[in-house]
Amino acid sequence: MKVVYPREQWCVACNLCEVACMTEHSKTKDPLKMYLMERPRPIPRTRVEYRPPLSISTMCRHCEEAECVEACKNGTLTRNEKTGRIELDQDKCLGCWMCIMACPYGAISQFTKGIGTEERAVANKCDLCPDREVPACVTVCPNRALVFEDRG
Amino acid sequence: MLYKNPYNHYFDYVVQRDIDKCIRCKACVTQCSYGANYYDADRDLIYSLDHNCVGCMRCSTFCPTDCISIVRNPDAFRLNANWKDHNIKDLYKQAGTGGIIITGMGNDKPFTNYWEHMVVDACQVTNPSIDPLREPMELKTFLGRKPDKLEMNKNGDITTKLAPQLILETPIMFSAMSYGSINYNVCESVARASKELGIFWNTGEGGLPKALYGYGKNTIVQCASGRFGVSPEYLNAGAAIEIKIGQGAKPGIGGHLPGEKVLEGISETRMIPVGTDAISPAPHHDIYSIEDLKQLIYALKEATRYEKPISVKIAAVHNVAAIASGIARAGADIIAVDGFRGGTGAAPKAIRDNVGIPTEVAIAAVDERLRQEGIRNEVSLVAAGGFRNSSDIIKAIALGADAVYIATSALMAVGCTLCQQCHRGRCAWGITTNDPELSKRVNPELAAERLVNLIHAWSNEIKEMLGLMGINSIESLKGNRDRLRGVGLSEVELQALGIKQAGI
Ligand code: SF4
Ligand code: SF4
Ligand code: SF4
Ligand code: SF4
Ligand code: SF4
Repeated sequence: MKVVYPREQWCVACNLCEVACMTEHSKTKDPLKMYLMERPRPIPRTRVEYRPPLSISTMCRHCEEAECVEACKNGTLTRNEKTGRIELDQDKCLGCWMCIMACPYGAISQFTKGIGTEERAVANKCDLCPDREVPACVTVCPNRALVFEDRG
Repeated sequence: MLYKNPYNHYFDYVVQRDIDKCIRCKACVTQCSYGANYYDADRDLIYSLDHNCVGCMRCSTFCPTDCISIVRNPDAFRLNANWKDHNIKDLYKQAGTGGIIITGMGNDKPFTNYWEHMVVDACQVTNPSIDPLREPMELKTFLGRKPDKLEMNKNGDITTKLAPQLILETPIMFSAMSYGSINYNVCESVARASKELGIFWNTGEGGLPKALYGYGKNTIVQCASGRFGVSPEYLNAGAAIEIKIGQGAKPGIGGHLPGEKVLEGISETRMIPVGTDAISPAPHHDIYSIEDLKQLIYALKEATRYEKPISVKIAAVHNVAAIASGIARAGADIIAVDGFRGGTGAAPKAIRDNVGIPTEVAIAAVDERLRQEGIRNEVSLVAAGGFRNSSDIIKAIALGADAVYIATSALMAVGCTLCQQCHRGRCAWGITTNDPELSKRVNPELAAERLVNLIHAWSNEIKEMLGLMGINSIESLKGNRDRLRGVGLSEVELQALGIKQAGI
């Protein structure tokens, strides 16, 4: 199955993958409106770790043996048997953070969903951009530091 | 800026940011290698220190909302036709530092650009043009000594012993840029592109990194006055050897790589300790005459069993024709003439902008002289120094060059925006820097693709131009000055270029 692989030797720490990821998961799909108008503002599902001279963009590996799925007690995290992708259903998430503790890649982050009385914290992670053929972060990366590949 | 020296606080660019469009992504902050952009968490705003900006446009091209414009500093001295902006600022700088002003890239002064005063002929009615999409068009170029005559046996096999030749699929090569002045990733990009294109790249005077020996068949190895990285193994690794006498950007002085740029890999390749300045002597201390040059040429031929062409590269200077004639007679197979618009990783600005002559006139003069002396066939002529597009190249070949060298254009294909900061080793585009964080901005996979694209585009344009002249082989354009005409040139200039005035 194809997932996004970072090639840290070419990552230039430009953060554009984060911007593209947020934009792709916004209502307007426009970086400016996403940032200025959307509340809650989307958060990136990939994170650029920047410890100069090193930098790397990391997101969910959609593991074969997914620790997060094992850890999640109410079926928020599941494997889609058709695509092989690990999916996260935010409507179900209780915000217990067991998945965050379990994920060896630190690929899950906390996200405050809804506003006002609707506000609640849920888990958030890479969904490989289901509406796109090639994920947003891979398309935007100016230095091919992210690739979308099936490495078996 | 509070703690500054007002006497030196004049700067060229202003980073304009439309803050309404800024999404605080900090791309501009991480991308600026000159510390001109920063994020202030207290105010959640991005600010710029304009005086640090060199106008490289790395930040504005990366900004995802296009909210940055790099503009010329509107802060203006009183207009003065004599004291131009740069004259004034350079003077203040030197009064502050007491030092020579160092810069990068090529001569940027508004000298006459002769390419822009030459036009190309086309076929109409009486001679048919050729459509390169429908008919074969040959760009293959052979560099090296050609025999006076060819002898064949009864079967039509050539019996004359031919001198070694470099075979180029298109008459364009990547000019000398040393490992150290550019980083390993750029060297690899250029090497990869050369292999794919069937052309050559030139190591410059910094030696050949071990990991690139595999590209030897497409490599010209250079031997300069500092002899950095020169060993029998190195000389035999390439397809040809080039003796560097001079460079267009700084005729008369040697290469200079500051110690800060001499890191591990560079030190190993150059065979000098880490952190030492790599300063090439101005002359080769074993070459004080054409006879001495001949000795080195033959020493290198001996060292490589007469299997490789030897090139001699000189800067285009006033007496270039006579010098080239001497070089041809000294046994060189190729002469590369580098005009004053050629780039450099570091040169004193006074030298870069005032020494040498344009490659256009130099090529015309050398070709003419070698023809007059009947030795044009004994040596190939490579023009270098400021080629910007395929039409410059077509004109150089019509003036008498066999092929051209490009370097500035090649770096531009990889991202360079001509900000002229190469000497500082902080290139924001990751080219003229060895800083590990910046060097990875050039991914050879991508960069090689862009270089290949550029040369393909130019080669196709060259074919189109040959076709409209009714020529189906680049060979037939060489020195064919009758296909050029001058526009807006004086009689003396036309004479120097050996071309006629348009309309005649
Ligand atoms: S877009 Fe690419 S280069 Fe930029 S931070 Fe992300 S992975 Fe690194
Ligand atoms: S969230 Fe972590 S554990 Fe779960 S699939 Fe992704 S990388 Fe694997
Ligand atoms: S694949 Fe899509 S969801 Fe996953 S990190 Fe990249 S942009 Fe975000
Ligand atoms: S990246 Fe270049 S253009 Fe942008 S602020 Fe820095 S020096 Fe100026
Ligand atoms: S790159 Fe553009 S949007 Fe991002 S912080 Fe800089 S100015 Fe703002």
